[in-house]
Amino acid sequence: MKRVFVNEKWCLGCHLCEYNCALANSGINDMVKALKDQKIFPRIRVEDNGKIMYAVSCRHCTDPICTKSCISGALSVKDGAICIDRDKCVGCLTCILVCPYGAVSTSKTGLAQKCELCLENACASPACVKGCPNKAIVFEER
Amino acid sequence: MREYVIIGNGSAAVGCIEGIRSRDTESHITVISEEKHHVYGRPLISYYLEGKTDLQRMKYRSDDFYEKNGCTVLYGKKAVRINNDSNTVSLDDGTEIKYDALCAATGSRPFVPPFKGLDTVEKKFSFMTLDDTLALERAVTPESDVLIVGAGLIGLKCAEGLSGRVCSITVCDLAERVLSSILDDPCAALMQKKLEENGIKFMLGDSADGFDRNIAHMKSGLDVKFDVLVLAVGVRPNTALISDIGGMVGRGITVDESMKTSLENIYAAGDCTECTDFSSMETKILAILPNAYMQGHGAGVNMAGGDERFTNAIPMNSIGFFGLHAMTAGAYYGEADGGEMYEEKTDGKIKRLFTKDGYLTGCIIIGDVERAGIYTSLIRERIPLDSIDFDALKKSPALIPFSEEYRGKKLGGVI
Repeated sequence: MKRVFVNEKWCLGCHLCEYNCALANSGINDMVKALKDQKIFPRIRVEDNGKIMYAVSCRHCTDPICTKSCISGALSVKDGAICIDRDKCVGCLTCILVCPYGAVSTSKTGLAQKCELCLENACASPACVKGCPNKAIVFEER
Repeated sequence: MREYVIIGNGSAAVGCIEGIRSRDTESHITVISEEKHHVYGRPLISYYLEGKTDLQRMKYRSDDFYEKNGCTVLYGKKAVRINNDSNTVSLDDGTEIKYDALCAATGSRPFVPPFKGLDTVEKKFSFMTLDDTLALERAVTPESDVLIVGAGLIGLKCAEGLSGRVCSITVCDLAERVLSSILDDPCAALMQKKLEENGIKFMLGDSADGFDRNIAHMKSGLDVKFDVLVLAVGVRPNTALISDIGGMVGRGITVDESMKTSLENIYAAGDCTECTDFSSMETKILAILPNAYMQGHGAGVNMAGGDERFTNAIPMNSIGFFGLHAMTAGAYYGEADGGEMYEEKTDGKIKRLFTKDGYLTGCIIIGDVERAGIYTSLIRERIPLDSIDFDALKKSPALIPFSEEYRGKKLGGVI
């Protein structure tokens, strides 16, 4: 299965992936309309200490602890990708408590959200990868 | 072809079914379900009262889950005896079911102390099951004054669920603080404040001594009038089926790392078991859903001839009240026990990290809970703190404080 991978040597720390992610999942086409003056809730997060920088998103683990810990059954594995059923999620955030990579976050509504590889939105492939100017984020089979 | 039997129909049972099916897609599975409901997320009952979920959405697995997994579910049936000499389970209707491998996923039941006069109380409830919840929902009106005995996770989630649906909610507990099993004093005070701001009243260090119809006589001598009583004092594991036939039982059913009981071909998983808390190495009942699922999964894999070991169970809870989230994990050692604590405290938020002998053993985080799982993983995976930049990590959970090699593996490989 194809996954999103990052190479920290190539990351510029520009945070474009965060904006592209938030836009892709906003349901709006126009970045200005979707994000201007808004607090954004991306599902990918850039870590940056001035020397090291890279983006982190769901690893789609082969043996995920989040799906096993989810109290509502909202998190499940579909064809290798870890998906979240927003109708079922109650926002208990147990997934945030257990994810070793800090890759699950809270959405604007307080429910859990995570990278679903842009499978559930209008993008055909991960928006973070498409928009990465230095190819530090890739979508491939490893 | 083998015959698998699971006694119980909660998350441990689902873990067991999925564990079996990861290795054996052919054999038949029988699930004995005392409750007459499709499996639901048990901790969701308070969210149901709150209106954050409903009967359909709170199903823990899809409607076709049992069918897809080749399971026969016997609803409303109770297992009364395991006949381990003949490898059968006797049900309350007289039927006997044969097994090659059996999993006791029998869960727990409410503990109700012998209160004087409890039989005179007309509207009294436990808060463990969906049926409890539906009965409680029918009993309350916007005029109801509710008394909840027990300020633990169950009592307080019940209080939050009922908030806005009743006239008043009072919670009493013999303990001096709320959530005493998972929070220390300052953290408990913070959560209590949030609950009080939302109208929940507390009587701590005090509990009901006895009841006279709609009046609770408290140990302090006070009387509390109520319309609806919820008893959330504690829970007890359902161990009798195993102890009745000589299986080893401590506080919960004794299991090894592969979820085997002391009896041949009999496994156990979930709230009915006791296991080693990896953060303290003490034997405990870890009655939390993730543990139930993972134990169930291990039991299922092993029942089907595999080898899955579950060695790092720790207590961990994510619990929110009125938008304020608390996350707790592991063991909290004080200075007297050789532990050290790192603390950050700002208005309405707190973070406490507990370390001992060069490892993170526990944490309590209230308010800013994003990425808390990075701390939980340090506890569960027992990562030596001298292998990471813990000074940076304790301020902010991130992956930068880990080695470049670790990040390369986790972010650049399949894990």
